[in-house]
Amino acid sequence: MAQYNLKINGQTYKADVEPDTPLLWVLRDSLGLVGTKYGCGIAQCGACTVHVNDSATRSCVLPVSAVGDSKVTTIEGLSEKGDHPVQEAWNEVDVPQCGYCQAGQIMTAAALLKRNAKPSDKQIENAMNGNICRCGTYHRIREAVKVASTKTN
Amino acid sequence: MSNLTNTNRRDFMKLAATAGGGVLLGFHWRNADAKPVVLDAAAEAAAPSHEFNSYLAIAPDGKITIFSPNPEVGQGIKTAFPIVVAEELDVDWEQVHVAQAPLDTEKFQRQVAGGSGSIPHSWKRLRQAGATARQLFINTAAKRWGVSPEQCTTASGAVLLTGSKKKLTYGELAEEAAKMPTPTDVPLKDPKDFKLIGTSIRNVDNQGIITGKPLFGLDFTREGMLFAVVERPKAFGMKLKSVDSAAAKAMPGITDVVTFDNNVAVVGKSTWQVMKARKTLKIDYEKEADLESTSDHDRIFDELLNSDKNTVRRKEGDVDKAFKGAAKVIKSEYQCPFLSHAPLEPMNFFAHVRADGAELVGPTQTPERAQGEAAKYLGIPKEKITVEMTRMGGGFGRRLAADFVMEAVKVSALTKAPIKLIWSREDDMTGGDYRPAVKYRFEAALDAQGNMIGYKLRGAGINAGNPTRENNFPAGAVDNLLIDSAEHKSAITTGPWRAPITNFLAYAEQSFLDEVATAAGKDPMQFRLELLEKAKTAPAGDVRYDVDRMIAVTKLAAEKSNWGKDKSKNQGFSLYYSHLSYVAQVGEVEMKAGKPELTKIIAAVDCGIVINQSGARQQVMGGVVDGIGHAMYSHLTFTEGVPDQANFNNYRLIRMQEIPEVEVNFVDNGIDPTGLGEPALPPTGGAVANAFFKATGKRLYRQPFAENWNTKEKVES
Repeated sequence: MAQYNLKINGQTYKADVEPDTPLLWVLRDSLGLVGTKYGCGIAQCGACTVHVNDSATRSCVLPVSAVGDSKVTTIEGLSEKGDHPVQEAWNEVDVPQCGYCQAGQIMTAAALLKRNAKPSDKQIENAMNGNICRCGTYHRIREAVKVASTKTN
Repeated sequence: MSNLTNTNRRDFMKLAATAGGGVLLGFHWRNADAKPVVLDAAAEAAAPSHEFNSYLAIAPDGKITIFSPNPEVGQGIKTAFPIVVAEELDVDWEQVHVAQAPLDTEKFQRQVAGGSGSIPHSWKRLRQAGATARQLFINTAAKRWGVSPEQCTTASGAVLLTGSKKKLTYGELAEEAAKMPTPTDVPLKDPKDFKLIGTSIRNVDNQGIITGKPLFGLDFTREGMLFAVVERPKAFGMKLKSVDSAAAKAMPGITDVVTFDNNVAVVGKSTWQVMKARKTLKIDYEKEADLESTSDHDRIFDELLNSDKNTVRRKEGDVDKAFKGAAKVIKSEYQCPFLSHAPLEPMNFFAHVRADGAELVGPTQTPERAQGEAAKYLGIPKEKITVEMTRMGGGFGRRLAADFVMEAVKVSALTKAPIKLIWSREDDMTGGDYRPAVKYRFEAALDAQGNMIGYKLRGAGINAGNPTRENNFPAGAVDNLLIDSAEHKSAITTGPWRAPITNFLAYAEQSFLDEVATAAGKDPMQFRLELLEKAKTAPAGDVRYDVDRMIAVTKLAAEKSNWGKDKSKNQGFSLYYSHLSYVAQVGEVEMKAGKPELTKIIAAVDCGIVINQSGARQQVMGGVVDGIGHAMYSHLTFTEGVPDQANFNNYRLIRMQEIPEVEVNFVDNGIDPTGLGEPALPPTGGAVANAFFKATGKRLYRQPFAENWNTKEKVES
């Protein structure tokens, strides 16, 4: 076991875990931040996506020992009141069916829009292709990313 | 209208003050008026017919809570049910707060997510619940004002006195209403007056979902809770022989390793610790049944299809005579692999077994089954077991079973601790309960005019039960017909998978009918319409589908797709009736740089009245995407009893880059609504395969289609 001071959502969290513990399980089991989801454990489905220094990152394969001083943002910290343009767009377009994958989808979309405010359909599809939605809400996800892109400046 | 004073009457309502000072209006419905519905066998087994009730809690400030009793798995029931109650109650949607009710079979009735059965089952009862409460508030206000109820109307959760400005909100009337007799035989709204039903209302859990609130089973936690993972035999057909868990027990955070059935559970303080410790288990297994490979199944299918030991499912006329006298005979075989349900939230459940009872919390499509199986195993009355339903990260039928609940119960009972049991993705994909593998043989006899005078279907399945739906179209439309089936019993476990049986049968049937139409030299849509006309005017035995509704969705699909008008388009047609709803689809495949690409699916859907446009449209789009994805990409194969795929790196699910445009059209016919969780999926595979044929001249006889998709150029047929 080792002590880690993690910078998550603008706060410092202490975690006493084994160094190889994936950030996903530190968030969920140690820190109670359960918005980030487990789906595959091998970076294939995107349900566990968080931002590490503003980049979309699969937390299920990122050992906590590799996080260091990086700035981590989870779905809980994307906005204070759930009103990030991507979150608002997700509600307006009524994207979720079961909803389980959507935190990961939202985090991937928010990272895309941060580096490319007006993505084309192709760029949206390329960015979102790593996130599986088993319910098949892809049409609405694509639409919501476009709606969000009209909200960001 | 009469007032009810006697609880022996069929309808009655229970009233009680709530702790917060509001009034809880409970509707215990015991009427038998609800239209009987036919569910598929798997869903029926999971959905014993009980009584219905629904709850409304109305606070003095006018806040209205509607409890949704059915499990929410992404089908949108937690939004749709309350819309129906709110419509008849005559309140604004903004006034409504929706809450998930726990399992309570005394108070609630059919608490199941399966068989697309919730809406047809509860439509009328939910309306009655809302309408009766509305009338109760009218009666209460009329009494207070000293007028007759007929002088009162309602709007936005308040009673209004006609011709005056007098107004009392439901909140203001709630306490007094609780003491009033319950009205009976209350009229329901004329559907043309619906204000909420038929509009677009967003998922009631959207805000929680998009902000990462703990809504799902995997998110549940409890002070002192431990985590558990279970090692199960790697191969179907193996059983546990011996376990050496010394190394696992010595790992950090591990509190216990216990053995039950053929399984070994590792229990500890965090998910990662138990996952790591599990890898150090040393387990010996021994064979208890045949260890089957996919190549064995291919051989078994052919043996079954050529065997004469089949169960006859339906027989009309004289097929032998029809085939002997035929001008043309068409014969084809279609095959579908095993599939994993692969809900994105893997199986998990919380269980705390105590001396005096048990607490169960988690994602289940059948909470009553979970409770019943736990009670039986623990040997305690089911009243001692509470079941709380969390939101579910998909189910697709996997959570109809209670195996994962029982694992949690057993581990908690053995360790005497509150535990959350978690399946890894690999556990989920290799843990069985699969969509069964099947193979079909179809034969059709045509007369000289291209009429289908004979039809044979033989289904062979591995743990598939009856892999046919013998009363489905074209049964009823062909004078000489024989449908039979055979089954191979395997150690590989199977279970209902979204639209059980029809999820693969529809593809095979609709592809074959396309072949027959082509052989008859007829337009595939016109060919179906001719058969439907025959089913209507000169039926061959029972016709268990509504011919006019079949025709109506076909014509809507023709209109919306511009069927046959644009010769440059490669269109394929598919038509299916399942789970009480009617769906026709047209697929379009374009040749791009010599390669076929699925570009569009146009769906025409008759599910009767559409309750929530937003939810219903997405349910159809999602069903179509699911249908495409599994027809195109997914399969689970076996080597000596071990699944060859264990995670999304080699078990392929459809992704955003692979979706075509999907257009959804609803028939507007005012008929009482039916479910949508399943019916949009079955016809999709046929629409895709038939459009592919139009584009390439080749038939797709096996799923997944991707294995045979990239043909070089069109072959003239």
